[in-house]
Amino acid sequence: MNSAPLLRLTKITKSFGAVRALKGVSFELNSGEVHALLGENGAGKSTLIKVITGAHKPDGGILEIAGSQVSDLTPTRARELGIACIYQQPALFPELSVAENIGLRLECGATFGCVKWKKLHANALRLLKQIGADIDPDTPVHSLSMPQQQLVEIACALGSGAKTVIMDEPTASLTRTEQELLFGVVHTLKTSGVGIVYISHRLEEIFALADRVTVLRDGESISTQAVRGAEGSALISETDLIALMVGRPVSALYPLKAKVTGKPVLELCAVGCEESGVKEVSLTVHAGEILGLAGLVGAGRTELARIIFGITPADSGTLAINGAPVRVLSPRHAVELGIGYVPEDRRRHGLIMQMPIDQNMTMAVHPKLFPNSLLNIRAETALGVHFIEKLGIKASGPDALGGSLSGGNQQKVSLARWLATKPSLLILDEPTQGVDVGAKSEIHRLIRDLANEGMGVLLISSDLPEVLGLSDRIAVMRGGRLVETLDSTQATATSVMSAALRSA
Amino acid sequence: MKRYSRELTVAIALSALLVLLAIFAPHFFQPQPLLARLTAQVPVLVLTIGMAVVIISRQIDISVGSQFGVCAVVAGLMSAAGAPLGFALLTATLTGTAMGALNGFLVAWLGLPSIVVSLATMVTWAEVLRLFQQGRFINLPPRVQWFGFSQLVGQASLLFFALGLLGAMAYFLKNRTGGRHFYAVGSDSEAARLAGINPRGVTMLAFVLMGTLTGIAAFCNMVQSPQVDPKCGVGLEMKAIAAAVVGGVAVTGGRGGLWGAFFGLLLLATINPALTYMHVDAYWEKAIQGLVILLAVIADGLRTKRSAA
Repeated sequence: MNSAPLLRLTKITKSFGAVRALKGVSFELNSGEVHALLGENGAGKSTLIKVITGAHKPDGGILEIAGSQVSDLTPTRARELGIACIYQQPALFPELSVAENIGLRLECGATFGCVKWKKLHANALRLLKQIGADIDPDTPVHSLSMPQQQLVEIACALGSGAKTVIMDEPTASLTRTEQELLFGVVHTLKTSGVGIVYISHRLEEIFALADRVTVLRDGESISTQAVRGAEGSALISETDLIALMVGRPVSALYPLKAKVTGKPVLELCAVGCEESGVKEVSLTVHAGEILGLAGLVGAGRTELARIIFGITPADSGTLAINGAPVRVLSPRHAVELGIGYVPEDRRRHGLIMQMPIDQNMTMAVHPKLFPNSLLNIRAETALGVHFIEKLGIKASGPDALGGSLSGGNQQKVSLARWLATKPSLLILDEPTQGVDVGAKSEIHRLIRDLANEGMGVLLISSDLPEVLGLSDRIAVMRGGRLVETLDSTQATATSVMSAALRSA
Repeated sequence: MKRYSRELTVAIALSALLVLLAIFAPHFFQPQPLLARLTAQVPVLVLTIGMAVVIISRQIDISVGSQFGVCAVVAGLMSAAGAPLGFALLTATLTGTAMGALNGFLVAWLGLPSIVVSLATMVTWAEVLRLFQQGRFINLPPRVQWFGFSQLVGQASLLFFALGLLGAMAYFLKNRTGGRHFYAVGSDSEAARLAGINPRGVTMLAFVLMGTLTGIAAFCNMVQSPQVDPKCGVGLEMKAIAAAVVGGVAVTGGRGGLWGAFFGLLLLATINPALTYMHVDAYWEKAIQGLVILLAVIADGLRTKRSAA
């Protein structure tokens, strides 16, 4: 290794509005190295990748590629400089053949707009051979399996002369044997001098593949260390890594926990849904209680919420609301049963962006607030004003459009919608995602107030301190199953994280 | 006031046009021709009401012209066969409702894009009508035109009916939860679903309502003349869409209202007589109407851009 590293990032910072996604990340990738990037959800991994691929322009810090400083990286420039990224969901054209896809990506096989089919085919075959993939270049991409599509992506990366390949959770949807195949390709790439940034939540993969590992936490690179010593022995343990990932004190600013909890408002018994991959989940949420649902992205938490709210109804197990067994068949039905749901993707579905906030707040209340389905515009405006004051929503007035508000204030509006209906169970999916620190603690207080008023709250959050600080009990999901339920007095960041991560 | 800025703009444009006419062509305001022109717009107004609701729900129905033709022929045949006017109205309305329900079913339950569905039904109904009626006019008994009353009474009652319908539907859209649901589904049907609204039902209702109103509109058209022309519906869908769009009903769904659409219709309908009275070549009519529609869409585009920024 006489040359400069393929990639060197020094103290990179990046903010989105008030949210500081990267607070100074340093990272280095050498030729022929697999460097793993590890961190909780929201630690800044995705942002970092977007900085490397030129999708985001960093606010500060130095980015060097192959020894020379690059200040204005664009996605096109990044590709020219040999950086390729392979995403979980390959971005290929499903109706075109493998050869056509590779040809399109590499802009080869065509002269003056005329496709040279032979050259296209030969080139695709050569690249696929090179990574040891047994795929016929004439196959249409939609008939390939997910890992095969990833191999095509890798072939594209190779063909474009990529020196740096970023793999973002490449194995998330792969079976064991498919993983082995992918690992083989990683080794091939490595020996041909390509550097690989490898992102995965599966710790065992990091030990199997990586040479070095960098842990990100809260937008900072906490530590970079070698995974294996010269003679191949592990230098770091799984426990060490988890400790590094979560190692921050839980903020003492969370509201007091519940002293007493009431009757069960939600009881799940072996609930499952084939379509969304949730298997045999049993849990109970009591009135006045906040049950935190922890786990990694993709562990089935949102899917479980969607079952309870009737979006994808359960096809096995039983569900009871306020002690009465029910089948929740649609969100409309769920609202009638007294369930409220603030979805994760607030930007898209939690709020109707082009509607005024007072109308957004009354959206789910209609039958309760307006008997005879007659809208009382004055009462609606009054309700808007009331919640704007009560929740401290920063808006020009009840007629401000939902889309004109900041993230935290939008979140308060979608909470207000359910405050007005007073459901017996409120499901919150990532309620403080993308919300700045101040609004975050206000929302926390609000959630606790709701529980104190007797509502049962199911809190889905990937923010560990939030789950630990706010919940009365914590249920951990992994791979569509509920793997552990902890009392919040005993739970620690490490115990929750290891339950969520533990290699099954 | 900001919520109604678009309605105001259209109303101001219309008033400006009327003031111009008052100065340069006071003949325009002679009561009898003015009343006749207004009454002639009643069928399009009824269609525009339905179209506005469909567009607010982020759908489109281009089959209303053909549906209108079918309903007109049904009502005409009933009347010619001696059925009472009320029965003719009922059959036309039921026919329209059924055709609307078909569109609604295909769009809401099968999830097909409404532009394709209504294009298909537009062609189908037009062809069915052509095969069945082969372009023949239907002669109506004299008791049909103006309900058998004098022309003045007939015109006045049609106008009162149409304005009453407009008022009732505007009230429904603004003041009933059912009306609000059209806006919610048209803005973001997934968000509406998560708030406990049934988007399929709402979409279905929009199309059914459109069909019902088409039947009523065809009846309102029939009672104005001694004959039914089976081609009377051709191009009406475009007039209704244009009126709604000019009046501030956003084609992207979720925004606009019936009063705006009403002003939009009046504005578009005034351009032609205005040109005539001001001795401008009538060939300019379509070009100017096109320009007005374009301006409306540009205004929407700018507004969306601004609110997104």
